[in-house]
Amino acid sequence: MLMESRARLTLLLLTGLLLIVFVLSLGIGAVAIPPLEVLGILAQQLGLPVASTFDPGHVSVLLDIRAPRVVLGIMVGAGLAITGATVQGLFRNPLADPGLIGVSSGAALAAVMVIVLGATWLQGISTLLGHYTLPIAAFIGSLGVTMLVYRLANIHGRTDIATMLLAGIAINALMGAATGLLTYAANDAQLRTLTFWSMGSLGNATWAQVLSAAPLLLLPIMALPFFAHALNAILLGEAEAGHLGFNLERIKRVLIVLVALVVGTAVALTGVIGFVGLVVPHLLRLALGPDHRFLLPASALLGSSLLLAADLLARTLVAPAELPIGIITAVIGGPFFLWLLSRYRTRSF
Amino acid sequence: MRILLNLSVFALLVFVIARVAMAETQPAATQRIVSVGGALTEIVYALNADKQLVGVDTTSQYPATATKLPQVGYQRQLSAEGVLSLQPNVIVLTEEAGPPAVLEQIKSAGIKIVTLPAEHSADGVVKKIQGVADTIGKTAEGEAMVLEFKRKLAATQQALPQTNKPNIVFLLNVGNGSPMAAGRNTAANAMIGLAGGNNAFGDTHDGYKPVSSEAMIAANPDIIMLTKDTLETLGGIDKAIAIPGVSLTTAGKTKHIVTMDSLYMLGFGPRLPEAVQELAQLLHKGQ
Repeated sequence: MLMESRARLTLLLLTGLLLIVFVLSLGIGAVAIPPLEVLGILAQQLGLPVASTFDPGHVSVLLDIRAPRVVLGIMVGAGLAITGATVQGLFRNPLADPGLIGVSSGAALAAVMVIVLGATWLQGISTLLGHYTLPIAAFIGSLGVTMLVYRLANIHGRTDIATMLLAGIAINALMGAATGLLTYAANDAQLRTLTFWSMGSLGNATWAQVLSAAPLLLLPIMALPFFAHALNAILLGEAEAGHLGFNLERIKRVLIVLVALVVGTAVALTGVIGFVGLVVPHLLRLALGPDHRFLLPASALLGSSLLLAADLLARTLVAPAELPIGIITAVIGGPFFLWLLSRYRTRSF
Repeated sequence: MRILLNLSVFALLVFVIARVAMAETQPAATQRIVSVGGALTEIVYALNADKQLVGVDTTSQYPATATKLPQVGYQRQLSAEGVLSLQPNVIVLTEEAGPPAVLEQIKSAGIKIVTLPAEHSADGVVKKIQGVADTIGKTAEGEAMVLEFKRKLAATQQALPQTNKPNIVFLLNVGNGSPMAAGRNTAANAMIGLAGGNNAFGDTHDGYKPVSSEAMIAANPDIIMLTKDTLETLGGIDKAIAIPGVSLTTAGKTKHIVTMDSLYMLGFGPRLPEAVQELAQLLHKGQ
């Protein structure tokens, strides 16, 4: 009971934190817009009667560049963290992250193919899809490879989680080799594009892209907490979960599809942003315990806040230039995580 | 009546003077340019339009004063809001700049984007000069610059010794594993050609690829070319000769290492004729 009230309080605090980071993210950027003007422009968008008119340049920066970026950050941050928590629960392994089942390596291979072969072999596809080639390819790659790993681990209609981990490792190695081969074939310009892609960025966000990706991110994110009880049961062991009446085969399948959808979409839109998916659930498990009813929503909230804060730093620290966000998530998340580890060392998974 | 007439003449005078003064100052006062790409920035300076520059990218290292301007980051990793914060009305860049989505954001914010070719050829430089000159409203000055550029380059080409071409290997990223040698379609390959040399790896591969010690020995270059930064990172000519394979080549035995500044040599900007001439002198020394 004590743990539950503590968890509820944490959820409340995390919501507050997200709100604060959200407001700061909208208000601060390379283009200086006074806070009152930010409020005014937003109020005007919401249809409230606002007396003054605003600098059209500021309106455009706030609404067309900063706002979609912030919204994308919230969705991707929540997605990476909640799928991290899900996969760790599903595999009963605190070191698991969605990358283990091939989501990231599949996306990376597809993205590298587009970057390196986009101008030659895949030119037809590139011209057909335009700027959407890279995200679409990354999405297809992550889903395809995850399905492959799932199939390999499916023996006689039963999915063995341990086999899936091993199959994931083997397939990841293969994908890595193919990516390496393409990297070798890449020219100087493509190599630099690849490097930046692999460090992640929210800088490409446009409303069209954010809105078209929103269902692919938000629906799974909202669906995952419904599996909290099942994940709690899995913590006891697969056999025990089965005895408790959970249809484990179906649950595993659904969870893997949801995770692949979220991470595939996220990687496609932002490149590879490490750390959030692995560490946010850990942090919360240390503070809240392993109950997925709280762990999943709390991960989503903290993931959003962490990614938004990281992006805020990425785009302001060296303005008018920009740092890759993967660097920032690791730099602010890492030390904090170590500090927490040393404090809660005694508690285990 | 008299006063009225005087007044109107005076007003007319003021008007004319103002118009003339405006015509003089307006382009300079209103154009705010962000230049992305070292060669383009050099051209803006060469055309005396640097007062209009409000930002450059990190590849804009020449002239030194350009590095004092706000930097919008590496040319492939621009930030939309960062660029807009400088309130430019035009941004000149090469095809190498990106990412495309960010360029689209910048364009949709009403900023004019002028994209110029990134070719490694004299023709590419001419296009860059013309493009920049048109953008800043100095077309005539641009044409003059193009003529001068072509004249200098032709003179350099004519002065090249017609004797046998030295065999050259250009190395990048030396020190981490196998050295990367320039092949086809690289700025280094084009420069070697312009300066009257023969790129030993000019037929074997595209771009920069790691080459083994044996391939290096088989290529047997007379001269090893490096950028100044690479040689500095390596720690001097003795270290360069100690690169696996190099010591057994003619270049290694004669300690013939040639270095130049990377933007100057590989930037394909307006200083190309001078760079070609300098390189040619270095390559054909003693011939």
